[in-house]
This record gives sequence, C-alpha cells and structure tokens, in this order.
Amino acid sequence: MKRSIFVISILVILSMLLAACGQATEAPAEPVAPAEEPAEPGEEMAEPAAAEVVYDRSETLYVSGAAWGPPSTWNPFQPGSLANTTGTLGFVYETLFDYDPMSGTMTPWLAESGAWVDDNTYAVTLRDGLTWSDGEPLTATDIAFTFELAQQYTAMWFAPMWDYLTSVTVIDDLNLEFAFVDPLYQEWENNLYNIPIVPEHLWADRTEEEITVGANENPVGSGAYLYETHSEDRNVWLRNENWWGIPVFGAPAPRRIVDIRTSSNNVALGMVLKGELDLSNNFLPGVAELANQGYVDTYFAGAPYMLSANTAVLFLNTTKSPMDDAAFRRALAFAINVDDIVNVAYANLVAAASPTGLLPNLDTFIDHDLVAEIGWTYDPAEAAAILTEAGYVMGDDGFFNAPDGSDIALEVTCPFGWTDWMEAINVIASSAQAAGINIQAVTPDYGAWNDALQGGTFDMTLNNWAALSNTPWTLYNLLFRHPIQDVIQSGNFGRYDNAAVFDLVDALATVQSTDVAGMQAACSEIQRVLLTDVPMIPLWYNGLWAQFSSAVWTNWPMDGSASPTLPTTWSGYWQLGGLNTLINLEPVVAE
Amino acid sequence: MRRYFGRKFLIYGLTFFLAVTVDWLIPRFMPGDPISNILSRSLLNAEGAQQMYDYYERVFGLDLPVWQQYLNFWGSLLHGDLGISAYLFPQPVTRVIWRAVPYDAFLLLPSILLSWWAGNKFGAYAARTKRLDNTILPIGYILTATPYMWLGILLAWIFGIVLGIFPIAGAYSYSMQPHLSWLFIKDVILHWFLPFASLFLVGFGGWAIGMRNMIIYELEADYSHYLEALGAPRSLIRKYAFRNAILPQLTGLALQLGVIVAGALVTEVVFSYPGIGYLLLSAIQNQDYFLIQGCFLFIIIGILIANFAIDIAYVIVDPRTRMGMLGDSS
Repeated sequence: MKRSIFVISILVILSMLLAACGQATEAPAEPVAPAEEPAEPGEEMAEPAAAEVVYDRSETLYVSGAAWGPPSTWNPFQPGSLANTTGTLGFVYETLFDYDPMSGTMTPWLAESGAWVDDNTYAVTLRDGLTWSDGEPLTATDIAFTFELAQQYTAMWFAPMWDYLTSVTVIDDLNLEFAFVDPLYQEWENNLYNIPIVPEHLWADRTEEEITVGANENPVGSGAYLYETHSEDRNVWLRNENWWGIPVFGAPAPRRIVDIRTSSNNVALGMVLKGELDLSNNFLPGVAELANQGYVDTYFAGAPYMLSANTAVLFLNTTKSPMDDAAFRRALAFAINVDDIVNVAYANLVAAASPTGLLPNLDTFIDHDLVAEIGWTYDPAEAAAILTEAGYVMGDDGFFNAPDGSDIALEVTCPFGWTDWMEAINVIASSAQAAGINIQAVTPDYGAWNDALQGGTFDMTLNNWAALSNTPWTLYNLLFRHPIQDVIQSGNFGRYDNAAVFDLVDALATVQSTDVAGMQAACSEIQRVLLTDVPMIPLWYNGLWAQFSSAVWTNWPMDGSASPTLPTTWSGYWQLGGLNTLINLEPVVAE
Repeated sequence: MRRYFGRKFLIYGLTFFLAVTVDWLIPRFMPGDPISNILSRSLLNAEGAQQMYDYYERVFGLDLPVWQQYLNFWGSLLHGDLGISAYLFPQPVTRVIWRAVPYDAFLLLPSILLSWWAGNKFGAYAARTKRLDNTILPIGYILTATPYMWLGILLAWIFGIVLGIFPIAGAYSYSMQPHLSWLFIKDVILHWFLPFASLFLVGFGGWAIGMRNMIIYELEADYSHYLEALGAPRSLIRKYAFRNAILPQLTGLALQLGVIVAGALVTEVVFSYPGIGYLLLSAIQNQDYFLIQGCFLFIIIGILIANFAIDIAYVIVDPRTRMGMLGDSS
C-alpha cells in the first residue's frame, strides 16, 4: 500500500509537471505567431526576423521603467497611458512635429514645415517620400483623415479641438491647410507633437469602437521601429530598415529594442547591477550612490543627477477652512522645507521647483523679477509673522489656531506605496509642525486618494500630472482648470475659483507661440496671482529617472554632450527627443 | 458513494456561489473607480473628460443599476465571459488570465506537491533520528516561519546577484523568443528555479515539522505500544504510524492551499514572474473590478478543485471514509 501511494504520487507529480511544462512552453509561444504578421505586408520579408529566436546582445538595447503591466493596447488614440506599449506612439506612429525640451524648439518630423498663414489658417507641408511600413505612401490625406476622426467621434481625446478647428483642406499630396475660428494657438502647437498620424488605407474601414477603444494589434505605422512581438513581461521592437527618416535623421543604432516590464524597482535595480539593462527609467532611490561608485551613469554626474520631468505641486483645498484664506496658504508656502525634501526624501535626486511651477525648459517664461519680489523660500519665522498678522493665534499646544479660535488640524496625503512621496509628505508635515501649523502625513491607498483628489475632499495633497511641455499653458491650464465640476478628473483639484486668473489662462492659450513677449506678459500676470494668492504650492521637480550603462551601448546624452537629448523610454517622450537618443547611440565595439 | 459525493458537490456549489458573490462585491466596496484611473492621467480638458467618462461607463456597463450589474455578471460568467479589463484595456479578462495561468501552474503544482511529499518523508525520517531531529529540524522551524517574499529576496540576492548562478527576473531570458530547443528549455528551468525554491523551502519546513510531531504522537499511541508489546518489528510500527500521521497532513494541505497561493503571488512579484500574482496586485491598485474578479475566480476554482482532489485522495488513503461510503450505499 505504501509503495503504491508512493508510485501514484510520483506519477501525479510527473504528469502535472509535464502538463505544466507543456502549458508553459505553449503559452509564451502564443504571441510569437502575430510577430510575423507586421513583416508580412511590408518589404521586410527578407529579414530573418521571424526565425531569430535568440537576440544578438550587441544589436539589442534592453530598457525598462515605462511598462508596468502586460502589453494590452497598441491603439495610439488610447487616452491616458500607453506606457505598457511605450513606442506605439513614437516608434510606430509618428507626429507632425517633435518638441525638443533641451533646446525648447519644435522640430519638423513628418512635416517639413508648418506655419500660420494668417490668424485663422495653419499650413503644413509634408516631407517628400514619407511611407508607411507596409510600403504605401504617407500623404496629406492621411493627416486630414486622422484629424477628421476626432470630428466624427467625440470619444477621441482631441475631439474638443474641433470647437475651434473648422476644416482640414488637402491641397495636394504634400500640402494641406487647417482653418480655424479663434484658435487656441498654444493647445494647437502642443497637439502638433501629440496627435499620432494613422494610415487611412488601414483605418478607414474600421468601426467607431475599433478606432476609439480597439486594441489595434499588429500596428502598422510610419515610424523607425516595427512591432515584432510581445509577451506578458516584454515588448520587442525591430528596426524598420525602410524607415523614411533614415536619410533625414539617420538610423537608430539598436536593431532591436526589448522593453522589459519589471514588477518592482528592486528587480530593475538588480538587473542594472547585473548589466542586464542598458537603460533603466525606474526610480531607484539609492542610485546617486551607484552613480558615484561608477556602476551606472546619469545625466548629471552630481546632484540632481536627473533631468526634470514634471513639477510636484501641493494642491490646497480652497473650499475648506483655513485653506480658503490666502494668508494661511502663503504662510504655508514659507513653512515647507523644500531643501529637506530634496536632500532627505530624495537623497539629492531632484531639484527644488521655481515657485512659478514652470520646468527649467520653460525658464524664458518665468518672471524672475516677480519671483525675487514676492516669491517664497523656506522661512518659518516669516510664516509665523504672516499668520500672526492675519489674526491666527498661537495656542498652548504650540500650534496656531484660526482667527475664530478653532483648532487647526490638517492632513497632507499621497497614495500608500509611493515611497518617495511618502517621505516628502513627512517632511512637509514635520516642517509645517515646526513652524506651528498642525499638519499630519496620511497615506490612503491609491483608490481612496484618487477619490478624495477628484472629489475634492482632501485637505492638501501632492500631484504632478502636468507633463513636460512646449508651452507654459499646459501647466497653468492644469493648475487653473475650469469650470469647476463636482468631480474634477485632472487639474485644479483644490477648486480654486478665481474668474480673473481663468481669463488670464484662456488669454495665454490664444497667444501665438511665436509671440514670446506676449506669452511672457501673460505668464507674468498668472504668476502674480499664483505667488500672491498661493492657490497651490509648486515644491520640486520630479526627475526624468534615467540610469544607463555604457557596457554595450555608448554615447548616452549627458550634461556636456554636444546636443543632448532626453535619455528616456517613457511613453509620450519618444517625440520629445527619446528617439534622437537612440539615433545618437553607438555600439561598443567588441575587443 | 453517491451520497458522499452528492453532499460534497452541494457544498462545493454553495461555496462557489458565495465566494464568487463576495468576489464580485469586495472590489466594488473599494473607494475609487476604474474609469477615473484610466482617465486620470490623460490631461483632458473639462468637456472631453466628461464625454470620455460617460463613454467608458457604457463600455464597462457601470452605468447600470447595481443589481443589474450583478445579474449581468452571473449571466456572462456562465458564458465564460469575465468582462474587459480596465487596467489592461481593452483586453478581455479571460484572455489576460489564460496567458498568466500556465506560469502559475508551472510554479505552484510542483512546489506544493514536492514540498508536501518531501516534507512528510523528511519529517517522518527525522522523528526517529535523534541527531537529525536536533540539528536539521530547527532549520525547518525557521523556514516555515519565513515570509515567502523575504526568502525570495534573499535567494535572488545570493544566487542571482552575488553568485550570479540564476537569473532574477522573468520566466525566460529577455533575449529569447519562445521556441523548442534545449537552450530554451534550460533557460526556462533556470528562471523557474529560484521562485520554485522559495515556495518549496517554506512549504518543506512546515510539512516536515508537522509530520515529525505527528509521528512522535502516533508512536506514543496505544496501538503502537500494543504492537510493540506483541513483538511487531519496528519498521511495521512506523509504517502504521506514518499511514495514520498522513491523514492530518492531507487535511492540512487542503487548509494551506489558500496561504500557498497567496505566497506564490508575492513570490511572483519578487521575481517578476509573469503569473497571476503581479496581475492581481496591479488590478487591485488600479481598481480593475473585472480583473480582480477574474484573478480571484481563478484562485477560487483552483482551490475548490484541489480540495475536491484531496477529498478523493481521502477516500483512497483513509479506509474509514471508504467504509462509511460503503455503509451508505449498502
């Protein structure tokens, strides 16, 4: 009996092992089949891609930090993040223009040129010889088709642009004109490098659902890379050897890019240490130490190590007391020790933000005189002085009470698990307490935090949703978003209600982007409101996390490079210079 | 026999119904909603955001009254449709889960069965070897008390980074496409080994201790002493003791399955192993009702099937159950 149990259990184990092995090898094999398809219609048939099962290390770039889940959609119109298939926008689908935040210029991409003919007409000339990866030519009709999709379907994220866009006229294969009524020049220019152009010949027959929310598997675009394959934890992109841009910009150096989804930053750190990742765009808290010891390179050799990607803003709920009092808000701005956030919470990986909130790439639009005059720095004594003057009275417990005598007890929040922000709100709470303002740090889970954020039930909370942009309007449109709704999906979470500043932001939107002086004047007025009324407090610039290794690929963009570009793989950053970084890379020649 | 299994099926059916209902309810009690999460970072203007929100609400069927959502859920569940994932939009949940499940099976089945088998063998052996009992078994106590995640990180650090023998992430090399070759099979096994080892070791320690205690208890039981007094050989006594001791261990296996599955989920996160563990974690973080439901449904079904298998095993190994059943049918 004993023996028979033993034999049975062995058999059971073996059969299950076999079953499991069978499944495990079958399952990952599933995504391989579609891998051959993108090559099918194109001219890449000669490529040995489909047969290649082990990638040559010297031709492959391994990256991580963009994807956080299994690849799920290649639809370039998917609102929100395409992070899990970073490259859908940038590798496969391209935009009319690129924006280079390092030099602050718009670079023609699919377009050869684009300009306002008059106040209400924008003319685009395309480059000659543009092609889709299936060999079809990319012409002005594709551009018009793409823009008109949003006229047809309101579920496209850029559909509201048709409020002021009236028509798109194709003149010939290379030329087209956009006609407007009272255009928002700033938003238009931003859209020029964010709206992905799709091929009419493949999209025209699709249903609304396929266009707006379809997964668009096996995408065919015009870009420098082709979709090759994906599995649960990776995307593989293969260089498009027939890319129209090779004669114009040069070919990207890596023949293949493997974008890896790591389940935690620890895993990414381990892979960086083992040399398995060439570029990691994960936030690795101790990376300054690794950079100092020479394990990895970062953009700056010393603090802040990273370029800045977005501004972390402390939103104050102006519908609640005492945050409805401008004096209290301004006192708080003086009470927060931003240097401690930078030095302690981030170990020098970030830089303190300008009180205007604008990133360094938009420095032109910061009114430095105004900041010197009415900006703020950490100064608890000044905070106390402002509060006292406004009628706040120091209580026995060492905290200020409101002018009406009631206690002040507030919470500053961020989602649980966002370790860097959790540290940061601890610094905010403790430095405010030291200045006599009773604030406690609280970390609800993401859903609860997001509910409170969008529903406006928080006291004060951190947020950084304004992306790196070509225009100060992006940030100010987010900060002063209007009209104020019951649920605010994004921006002005504190429900700061000031029609004057809303008008200023709307006015900025209609300034021509060539009119730098006009933009500066508009920004200056907005900044005056921001600095005196302090509806929210910009604190620090979150970094464009990037650590790279020169073991296999070299010529990474670093401070002092000839024309540095962004060392990033994040979704939405390829057309901000991320692709140029790949073009500039050089393989290390094996010795 | 029919009555025995009839009752079991009834219990399993009821458990399934309740578990799935709870599974449906719990995510909806969480604060937040999946659509806000999809749209929150897309920087739409006010007008566009509302349009998008309404559109997605219809796509997910969340604009219906709650009772209707619940009925629809059962309706589509019986058709094998678990809805569309919000976090991995627009992938159907069934597809997402079917891609992940093989990895879990590949990791869980060998580690559960092997650790149970090896742990029991070792425990029984250690119980009658004083030196082994004094030296190695304390290690069992340490192992079984170790959190899966912590052991995983330790193994990854020692064998992955310091010694560099095993890879620390993924189910197969990032430089490979799945294909049939010894190179690839070896690669898969290398990637599988550390997550397997961390699950195996923790389980092994627990089973070994349990078996060791049971054997000592059984050897002290009256029937053992009686056999001894009759002059039966020691090996025969141990054989009887083992067969009696295995029964509580089998029950223990049924009870432990949930814990082991949960342990596997965190282990997968530690090793970036593409199973259901990381999916479930992200689904919860992103309030993806549909994916949470799907992942738990998989776990519920898995555990019910395993329990059923153990029920059958009980009939085989425990003559009392068998006798009871025969009594019923006669």
